[in-house]
Amino acid sequence: MAFIEVEDLVKHYGSERAVDGVSFTVDEGEIFGILGPNGAGKTTTVECLEGLRTRDSGRVSVTGLDPERDGAELKQVLGIQLQESRLPDRLRVGEALDLYASFYKRPADTDRLIESLGLGGKRKTPFAKLSGGQQQRLSIALALVGNPRIAVLDELTTGLDPQARRDTWDLIEQVRDSGVTIILVTHFMDEAERLCDRLAVIDSGKVVALDTPAGLTARAGDEQRVRFRPSAPFADALLLDLPEVAEVTRTGPQMVVTGRGNLLQAVTSVLARNHIVAADLRVEQVSLEDAFVALTGKPLDN
Amino acid sequence: MSSLMKLVQTETRLFVRDPTSLIVGLVLPTLILVGLGAVPMLREPSPDMDGIRFIDYFMPSLIVMSVGVVGLTNLPSIMATYRERGILRRMRTTPMHPGNLLLAQLTVNLGAALAATVLVVATGRIVYGVPLPEHALGFTAAFILGIAAVFSIGMLVAALAPTTRAATGIASMLFMAVMFFGGVYLPRFMLPDAIARIGEYVPPGVQTLLDSWNGEAPAAAQLLAMGATAVVAGVLAARMFKWE
Repeated sequence: MAFIEVEDLVKHYGSERAVDGVSFTVDEGEIFGILGPNGAGKTTTVECLEGLRTRDSGRVSVTGLDPERDGAELKQVLGIQLQESRLPDRLRVGEALDLYASFYKRPADTDRLIESLGLGGKRKTPFAKLSGGQQQRLSIALALVGNPRIAVLDELTTGLDPQARRDTWDLIEQVRDSGVTIILVTHFMDEAERLCDRLAVIDSGKVVALDTPAGLTARAGDEQRVRFRPSAPFADALLLDLPEVAEVTRTGPQMVVTGRGNLLQAVTSVLARNHIVAADLRVEQVSLEDAFVALTGKPLDN
Repeated sequence: MSSLMKLVQTETRLFVRDPTSLIVGLVLPTLILVGLGAVPMLREPSPDMDGIRFIDYFMPSLIVMSVGVVGLTNLPSIMATYRERGILRRMRTTPMHPGNLLLAQLTVNLGAALAATVLVVATGRIVYGVPLPEHALGFTAAFILGIAAVFSIGMLVAALAPTTRAATGIASMLFMAVMFFGGVYLPRFMLPDAIARIGEYVPPGVQTLLDSWNGEAPAAAQLLAMGATAVVAGVLAARMFKWE
C-alpha cells in the first residue's frame, strides 16, 4: 500500500460536484503537488484527506489511517498549514509555538524549529507585528511543531514578495530533506516546477494529468520558438526549407521561428552560412504553463 | 502542564494584554462606583429610598454591569474573531479540539467577571462602608445563576453571528438592554413599574442580587428564570456553534 492513497474521491457542495472522482497516490518522502486554477477542487481534496471534511464517496488512506475513522490518530502525524489562517494579534511567536507544541504527544524542539525557520530574533514579537513572510513562516512552524510525517501546505506563497517566496521554497526543500512527506497545493506554475517531484493537475474537480513536471511539459510537445532580429533581410524560404522548422513569422524587425528537434542549431548554422547575424537571440522552451493550457484548454491564472 | 491549562494561561495573557478588555472588563464598574461616591448626596440616606443610601442601593446594578460587560461584550466578540480569523479552524487541524479553546475563553472571562465583582464590592465595603450581602447563600446562588445566564446568551450570540461585526453589534444591543433593565442607566426606582417587573427576570437578575443583599431569600421564580435561560441558551449555543 502506498503512503497516501486517494481513490475515486467525490465531494458535492449542494448539487455541484466540487471533487469528481479524484485518485492519486503519494510516496513517502516526496513533494507531491496539487496544481489547478482557483475553484478547481484542490482545497476540498486535501481537506477530505486531512479529515476536515467528510467525503461523499471514495477511499482515502493516509499512512494506513482513514481520516474520518482515525481522525485523532491521524492528527498526531499530520501537519497542516491552512490558507489564510491567522493568530490573535497579541500572541507572541514563542508562545504560539509552545501552545501548539503542547497539543501533541511527541512535539518538535520548539527552540530549534524557531531557529530553523529564521524566527530566532522574533520570539517575543506579537503576531500582528510580523511581516507577511514571517507570519507565513510561523504558520509553517505551527504545521511542523507536532513532528509530523506528512505536511500539507495550502497556497503557501500567495501574497508573499518574490524574495520571501524563494526563501519559503528553500525552507520546504529543507523540510523534505528532514524526511517529511509534503503535499503542496498551489496555483503557481513556477512553484510547482521548482519544488514538486510529481504533480496532479486538477481541473473542474477531476485529475487531468498526473506526472513529473518534466513529464507534463513533454506531453505538451517538444515545440520550441527561436526569436531574433536578423542583421540583413532574407527570404522566409531559407528557413522553411529546414526539416526542423514548422513556421516563420515576422513582426517588425523581429522574426519568430517555430519548430522541433534541434531547432536552434539548425537556424543559427543556416544564418551563419549566409552571413546573417542574429541579434537578441532567444529560445523559448515549452513551459509547464504551456503544458497546463494544453491539458485544460485554459490559462492557469484566470 | 496539560494543554487545557496552557490554553487558559495563553488566553489569560491575551486578556491582560488588551487594554480595552482590561479597563472596561475589570475596572469600569469600580470607576463608576468611585465617581458616584464622590457626590456627597449619594452617600447620604435618601428619603426617596426609605432612608437607604443610593450607593448601597446601586451596588447590585454595578454587579450586573461587571457580569454584562465581560459576558456580552468581550466573550462573543473574541469567539467571533477567533472564528473569522480561522483560529478555531487551525485548531481543528491539531489533536486539540477547538471546544477546548472555547472552554478556556469561558474560564478566563468568568475569572474576569468574578474579579471585577470582587473589586467593586471590596471597594464599596472598604471606601464607602457599603455592607456585604446579608443572605450569603442566596447571593451566591443568584450570582452563579445570573452569570451562567448572561454567559450562555453571550455564547449563543457567538454561535449565531456570521461575522465579528454582527456579533459585536448584537451583543452591544443585548448589553444595553441588560444594563437598562438592571437599573444601571436609570436607578430602578425611577423606572416605570412594568419595566422594573420585567427587569426582575432579565439576566443576570438584579432583583435576586438586591434581595439577597438585603438579607432576604431571592424569589425562586426569578432564580428559576435565570437557570432556565442558562440551560436553553447554553444548549442552543453548543448545538449551533460553527467552528468555521
